[in-house]
Amino acid sequence: MRAYVKLEHNPSAGPALHAPAPAPVQPVARLGLWVQGLAREALQTAGFIGEVMLATLRLLRGRSAMRGVDLWRQIDQTGPLSLPIVALTCFLVGLMLAYMGGSQLDRMGAQAYIADVVTVGMVRELAGLMTGMILAGRVGSAYAAQIATMKAGEEIDALRVLGVDPIDHLVIPRLLALVIVAPLIIAYASLIGVLAGLLPATLVYGVSAVEYLHRAVGALTWTHVWIGLFKGTLYAALLSLAGCREGLYAGRNAQAVGQATTAGVVKGLVWIITAACVTTVVFQSLGL
Amino acid sequence: MNSVMPAVPPMVQVRDLTVSHGEQLVLRAISFEIQPREIFVILGASGSGKSSLLRYLIGLQPPAVGQVLIEGQDLYAGTDAEQQQLRRRFGVMFQAGALWSAMSVGENLMLPLQMFTPHRRVERERRARHKLALVGMDDAFDLMPAELSGGMRKRAALARALSLDPPLLFLDEPGSGLDPLNATRLDALVLQLRDELATTVVMVTHDIDSALGVGDRLLFLDETEQTMTALDTPQALLQHGPQRVLDFLRRGRRDLPVAGAGAGVDVGVSAGADVGVAAGADVGVSAGGDVDVAAGVGAAVAAPAAADVEGSPRRPAAVQVGT
Repeated sequence: MRAYVKLEHNPSAGPALHAPAPAPVQPVARLGLWVQGLAREALQTAGFIGEVMLATLRLLRGRSAMRGVDLWRQIDQTGPLSLPIVALTCFLVGLMLAYMGGSQLDRMGAQAYIADVVTVGMVRELAGLMTGMILAGRVGSAYAAQIATMKAGEEIDALRVLGVDPIDHLVIPRLLALVIVAPLIIAYASLIGVLAGLLPATLVYGVSAVEYLHRAVGALTWTHVWIGLFKGTLYAALLSLAGCREGLYAGRNAQAVGQATTAGVVKGLVWIITAACVTTVVFQSLGL
Repeated sequence: MNSVMPAVPPMVQVRDLTVSHGEQLVLRAISFEIQPREIFVILGASGSGKSSLLRYLIGLQPPAVGQVLIEGQDLYAGTDAEQQQLRRRFGVMFQAGALWSAMSVGENLMLPLQMFTPHRRVERERRARHKLALVGMDDAFDLMPAELSGGMRKRAALARALSLDPPLLFLDEPGSGLDPLNATRLDALVLQLRDELATTVVMVTHDIDSALGVGDRLLFLDETEQTMTALDTPQALLQHGPQRVLDFLRRGRRDLPVAGAGAGVDVGVSAGADVGVAAGADVGVSAGGDVDVAAGVGAAVAAPAAADVEGSPRRPAAVQVGT
């Protein structure tokens, strides 16, 4: 037995069931909307950075709502758990750098300089950059997903209603945790990378281990060390901000959580690469 | 009814409030007062702006037009410190609980105490356990929110809302997603809070049973009119409320007297053979199983599988509803 049940539309009671589709947006209008969206996003980011700076000031003045236990929890989750993947990546990068650098230096009989290339490359640039990228994928995405999920579940509203600033409570512990652990991870990544270069240098290009290590120590200057640590820490701060920003400004549904996670990683990577370019040019211009 | 207590200043005052989503107007000209110890229910269909209005009442959305006053103070005026102080005068239970998922239930209850009271941890824990006992969740202190059922999550959220002993509670859809038994228990708990702790309760709901069961006064929001269309006691609304409010209330409670009979709902149902039914208001047509037609246009049509109902709003008109 079949039954047909159909309601007739009553204009006073709600929208039509078959409302006409909206007219397609013209290309120029679409471009305008895109630019408008970019501008809105840039303003949001500027506002977010400003709020983070104010929250940092509150923290320095001892008036922050940040809890020590949250900072410790974030350090625990971001630091030790990132070491294996950072070690693996930087080991392979160090290996590759030594192998490729060695093949060029070998033509001139300057294999001993492999240690210089690997040490300066890893310590000053690559350890920080690789660590930043790994952390963007591993930690920045987690920050965006956690905070976006909290937003979708009204957890952030619950904080606001209570009078707790979500920047103090959620962003500052995450940012601070990465800024604290990043130099340690980068130092560890640099060491792994330099030691990885030892393998091709000794096994492929016939440089003795003692000579490699001697040259590596000789090539290492404090300037390279602090520039490497500074850059890496800056990348960590940027990826943390990108992840938190995307989480805080996410929509309130499951799809928005996914979008925020993706955007958190992509923005984090873009910000890192941009910062890498800018800092490289600046330090080179300063003769450092 | 204990709603009219003229000597006592209102706990909440809303003055000519406009509710909007960005540039889209949702509600306008909203004005009402809520007296201490009153259970005030904000009622309306889905999409009528109930939860949006609540966001203005709990300090999440500054109004472009109008004012929200808690205990006589403007919620959105004054210094940050004054606003913070005022926010601690009320607790909020969100629709899905909104328990902080990275913390245990106990930590959820202790966070407000840690932030805003000088109590040491032992005292905080004692108070948190007391609040959990109040909502019948003595054993949930160490559980994580993900380990709780829907009803437990709501009760834990209620306990958290009570953690700073606020004189005012906002509850967003407390019964939604709960089975009737748990929803009734939660209603009983709300009454208990009002009676024993003298708490003022503002409840947003579309659950008519709950609204009529516990509400001292009901504020009805109408999505078509985009404003409040009624504010009175449940009895008064049932006796001489506006027709749309009566329709809304009756739809949820079929046992209530049919006011405005003959409003004219014409129904024709094709069930193998053509059947024509003319009814005053609610319509129930048995076609192998019951076919309930919720009046109002564009409304859902529910039909049990036994009826094998093909009908969807896209099929040719077989039921005509005109109210």
